[in-house]
Amino acid sequence: MSDSLYQEIILDHYKNPHGRGLREPFDAEAHHVNPTCGDEITVRVATDGATLNDLSYDGQGCSISQASASVLYELLNGRRIEDAFAVEKSFVELMQSKGAIEPDEAVLGDGIAFVGVAKYPARIKCALLSWMAFKDALSRAVATTEGGSPS
Amino acid sequence: MAREVTSPLDVDRVRKDFPILQRRLAGDHPLVYLDSANTSQKPQPVLDTLTEHYTRHNANVARAVHQLGEEATAAYEGARDTIATFIGAPSRDEVIFAKNASEALNLVANTLASGLADDPRYRLGPGDDIVITEMEHHSNIVPWQLAAQRTGARLRWFGITDEGRLDLAQLDELITPRTKVVSLVHQSNILGTLNDVALIAARAHEVGALVLVDGAQSVPHMPIDVRELGVDLLAFTGHKMCGPTGIGVLWGRSEVLDALPPFLGGGEMIETVAMEGSTFAAAPHKFEAGTPPIAQAVGLGAAADYLSGLGMAHVNAHVESITAYALNMLADVDGVTIIGPDSPVDRGGTISFTLDGIHPHDVGQVLDEHGVAVRVGHHCARPVCVRYGIPATTRASFYVYTTTDDIDALADGLERVKRFFG
Repeated sequence: MSDSLYQEIILDHYKNPHGRGLREPFDAEAHHVNPTCGDEITVRVATDGATLNDLSYDGQGCSISQASASVLYELLNGRRIEDAFAVEKSFVELMQSKGAIEPDEAVLGDGIAFVGVAKYPARIKCALLSWMAFKDALSRAVATTEGGSPS
Repeated sequence: MAREVTSPLDVDRVRKDFPILQRRLAGDHPLVYLDSANTSQKPQPVLDTLTEHYTRHNANVARAVHQLGEEATAAYEGARDTIATFIGAPSRDEVIFAKNASEALNLVANTLASGLADDPRYRLGPGDDIVITEMEHHSNIVPWQLAAQRTGARLRWFGITDEGRLDLAQLDELITPRTKVVSLVHQSNILGTLNDVALIAARAHEVGALVLVDGAQSVPHMPIDVRELGVDLLAFTGHKMCGPTGIGVLWGRSEVLDALPPFLGGGEMIETVAMEGSTFAAAPHKFEAGTPPIAQAVGLGAAADYLSGLGMAHVNAHVESITAYALNMLADVDGVTIIGPDSPVDRGGTISFTLDGIHPHDVGQVLDEHGVAVRVGHHCARPVCVRYGIPATTRASFYVYTTTDDIDALADGLERVKRFFG
């Protein structure tokens, strides 16, 4: 069982996280907590309105939540915003699939390792924590840019 | 190594009473159930009583004149007698059935905050203090935060020492003539600490404050006599003491229950209802609006009978011996830090700990893969985690059916966890 939940890819990201640490400058920030376990994460995004120029994060939590944040960074940093939202949507779909869909590696990269987590209802929130914070932060950054209001 | 355990319980025989303990889990692992502080397992006599009630005696209580109605009423009220005896209540009318301990605690907080009591001692308002502790379950924090918000009363807290005990150095400064109610946990659900309720109650009564105790973790584990405890109100729940879910108890001294206004309105709690206004039944029915959890109360009575059959002193001694054994075993696992008292003195069979560098969720997940069921998280006592600067703990908790083999499986499991994430 541990094979399907704790894929080697997940353990690698957990032990050697990519892009970790909060950076400046940033246009929006979101802090999310998982009330059932106390895990928390802060995600920052810097964008010119078209491209995600930087995605930085810091937090504390279990291997699943921390590895998922590392994968989030690896997949989305430097991407066009519309692509970033598309990948985010695809990852959420995967996590809500109960393990029933075949993930597309071309879209999700190392994110496909989380297909096993989708079978553990108690852990889905762990995997989604950083992604929800990211979506929140990026939506706010985009709204600010589009609204033309000073950040 | 002094690892022998002397218990007055014949645990092998006790285990035969709990059918679920025979289950094999995924991977054909036997169940090692170390989550009894969360909910206990249920013995066959309780399961049989529930089935028997629904199969033969089901009817609503206190309003039917037919035979089944009388049988159901007798069973429900009989459970009240059983619980009164179980906790040494001077009168059966002092035993109120609630949904769970949380509802029982909310009942007290809400009735005090409602401002409807005739006697000002039972009305919270500006200038009053509510005193709780940093080691409370959220169920004994949030109702008081809400009550303080509603009434303008001030909420004050006893802190916790590094050793996981209540810091009573400020006892006289915290509990003052301003204090109207002191509400505290008897045995912490996260630290395992057993608090000196009598000492705090004595100070509270000096200043005329009410004392409410959350006994959710203590009543299932030790002989309780409310007269000796010296408190005014005691809340506990059925499902942690071999009973069903959906049933809890609030015990209160008659004088206090008479003075408190009703909590929920509805059937059975009234004397007369008129369009101009209503009058209310006497306790306990004053606090039992609507159809109560009938089968659950009857099941709780059966659970109390089962525990009395084992002997609560024996239950307590068994859990104490298992706790001492577990503390020793955990001390030998490198990387384990106990959060709470690390000696078996004045503590119950609930042990929280951290494992260096490994998040409790990961600990619990890998233990589960070997059939070991523990709880991980903040255990609805987040201020305790904040106090010790940790996000969460892994918690193992014991009961009448816990064996030294279960503890050995936990220790082995922790070694596997370390190898896996090492």
